[in-house]
Amino acid sequence: MQQEKNQDSSNWTEIIKPQRSLFDLRLKDVWNYKDLLFMFVKRDFVANYKQTILGPLWFIIQPVLTTLMYTIVFGNFAKISTNGQPKILFYLAGVTIWNYFSDTFNRTSSVFTSNANIFGKVYFPRLIVPLSIIVSGLIRFSIQFTLFMSFLIYYLLQSNDIVNPNMYVLLTPVLLFLMAGLALGAGMIISSMTTKYRDFTYLVSFGVTLLMYATPVIYPIEFLPQKYKTIIMLNPLSGIVETFRYAWLGSGSFSWQLLGYSFCFVIMLLMFGIVIFNKVEKNFMDTV
Amino acid sequence: MSQTAIKVENVSKLYRLGQVGTGTLKNDLNRFWHKVRGKEDPYLKIGQTNDRTKKAESEFAWALKDINFEIKQGEAIGIIGRNGAGKSTLVKILSKITSPTTGQIHINGRIASLLEVGTGFHPELSGKENIFMNGAILGMKKWEIQKKFDEIVDFAGVEAYVDTPVKRYSSGMIVRLGFAVAAHLEPEILIVDEVLAVGDAEFQKKCIGKMQDVSTNQGRTVLFVSHNMPSIKSLCTKAIILDNGHISQTGDVDEVVKKYLSINLEKSYGDIVYVSNKHRRARYSREIEFISVSLEDALYENCYATNLPIKLKAVLKSNLSLKKFRVSGSIYSEDSTRIGVFFSNHIEEPVKEGEEISIMIEVVSHNLAKGNYYFSLSVGNGDESTGNVEYDIIYEVIGFKITHKNDINTPIVKWNSDFGSISFQANCKKIDG
Repeated sequence: MQQEKNQDSSNWTEIIKPQRSLFDLRLKDVWNYKDLLFMFVKRDFVANYKQTILGPLWFIIQPVLTTLMYTIVFGNFAKISTNGQPKILFYLAGVTIWNYFSDTFNRTSSVFTSNANIFGKVYFPRLIVPLSIIVSGLIRFSIQFTLFMSFLIYYLLQSNDIVNPNMYVLLTPVLLFLMAGLALGAGMIISSMTTKYRDFTYLVSFGVTLLMYATPVIYPIEFLPQKYKTIIMLNPLSGIVETFRYAWLGSGSFSWQLLGYSFCFVIMLLMFGIVIFNKVEKNFMDTV
Repeated sequence: MSQTAIKVENVSKLYRLGQVGTGTLKNDLNRFWHKVRGKEDPYLKIGQTNDRTKKAESEFAWALKDINFEIKQGEAIGIIGRNGAGKSTLVKILSKITSPTTGQIHINGRIASLLEVGTGFHPELSGKENIFMNGAILGMKKWEIQKKFDEIVDFAGVEAYVDTPVKRYSSGMIVRLGFAVAAHLEPEILIVDEVLAVGDAEFQKKCIGKMQDVSTNQGRTVLFVSHNMPSIKSLCTKAIILDNGHISQTGDVDEVVKKYLSINLEKSYGDIVYVSNKHRRARYSREIEFISVSLEDALYENCYATNLPIKLKAVLKSNLSLKKFRVSGSIYSEDSTRIGVFFSNHIEEPVKEGEEISIMIEVVSHNLAKGNYYFSLSVGNGDESTGNVEYDIIYEVIGFKITHKNDINTPIVKWNSDFGSISFQANCKKIDG
């Protein structure tokens, strides 16, 4: 009898319990649903631009106009240094990498609240949704990156002195991984909190804009006074943006320490984010 | 020996009443503080039974309390209960949308739950794209959907529209498409929550047929939540009644449905039934009203025979002076299907205000088969040519049973529940040529 019972208990495909271990991340489950991830990415991409005339061109128009605005306001009016780089290229580099962060962060931070209707009706690993946002963000990034590349090539052909892409461009995938990790980690934490406390939605909406000014997107980091420089360098995004610009334009500075700091920060944030996301996903329907 | 598919042990679910969001921070901190000191969660103790009709005494309520049951592989189980009894909560826990507060559930096999038709449909995407989207959400692999794509489109009957965005579909078509995808899932356990309420009759029949096929022919486990007793009975072999978060009855579907209906309708067999407002569903003019109803000349208690008349005595009171009136009535089977209607001739005897009249109603040659039935009665005036007026209508007022064939010596031994309600008279003899 006892033996039969033991045998029985090992055969269950699943056990639903009130609590599960914090580190039971069910990544295998996520893998099983990978087709869904790509469906979400596709849905995102297709649905966004149906019934628009310009379609995916909007991906390009947005950074072009933003760069133009920065060039006029920060470059020409405020005369903020661009470290000797062509203004358009300098701002476009910043905008391209920054957009990837802000887009994905904005969207991952409202995963629970904006998908409550689907989450309330069917189970699938909730992690699929933020992951799909990261992937569809990558598609958007690659389009904007192509735009950046065409400007870069144009300036390279014009004169070969000012712009100096170097070996560090090979770090670009790492930079993207770090950006994605930051957006995903922070986004998951915020979205987990918003299921109970809606206050965070307000924080995110203007917080991202403010954060951009605390990141060297529109100014080079070495032109800052020393006391501000330390603060700005505490921002894990600084290392990523600075490295990106150093690699592709050859201006600014590069340090393994700064990048290493960003890397550690991202790993910690990501771990914390996934754990809290996993904890919240089980019961969020009761509080959302 | 068949294996267990789902085993639910002591499952309870606590919900917070009122506004979620105010004071949650304080409660969260309090709960955390108790946890740190290794004490029990202070909010688990104060939960009360969930009864939506009474005013809450505590902030928390048990939507489910100590639920235990076991389902074997290949069984089809119906879950029934009034609104707010905890059916949806149970289904949500089983489909992992929310987790139980206490208790455990062991599951053997892949679960697919259908709590809504067409989850994740995007209005801008075409029918084809949405089939893939919805299938993926329900846990199908891309190649699985590809393999069944034609079958799905065929089942939904929307072939002409597969490349049209779903926002151009009629709401019925969306439902058909959604169910078609779900019906072609191949999970070991299928949970269906009342999604068949939409869609036309033909499609509902198709869905029930498909689910029957899934459970009986393919040996899968089905959990079906519904308020529709005929479909529960036709689909399920067992049923569970949930009442205020407790299981009040489990067992064979026929018995459980019978029990559920008898709780709900408060049907009374035998004796005199005094009519009260619980039998009425609206305010009627009540120029004449029913006072009491009773069965007469039964074989015993409230039992009658297929080939003998059913007699019913009704006492009415007139609140006006009237020249004539007539009585009509319906006979319902116990799952609330109306079997038939009768109209009496007009009783052309003037009645005075305040007078009480007794009448005898005799339903002859009804040919009702073995089973439980009940009467609804109405008193009114007029007919099709002059127009009808109903003074008073009383629903489900008195029940009776058909247990015998011709008289007390010929009990009906076997009549399957799916034979229907009429026992036809048929003759059969050999003829020449």
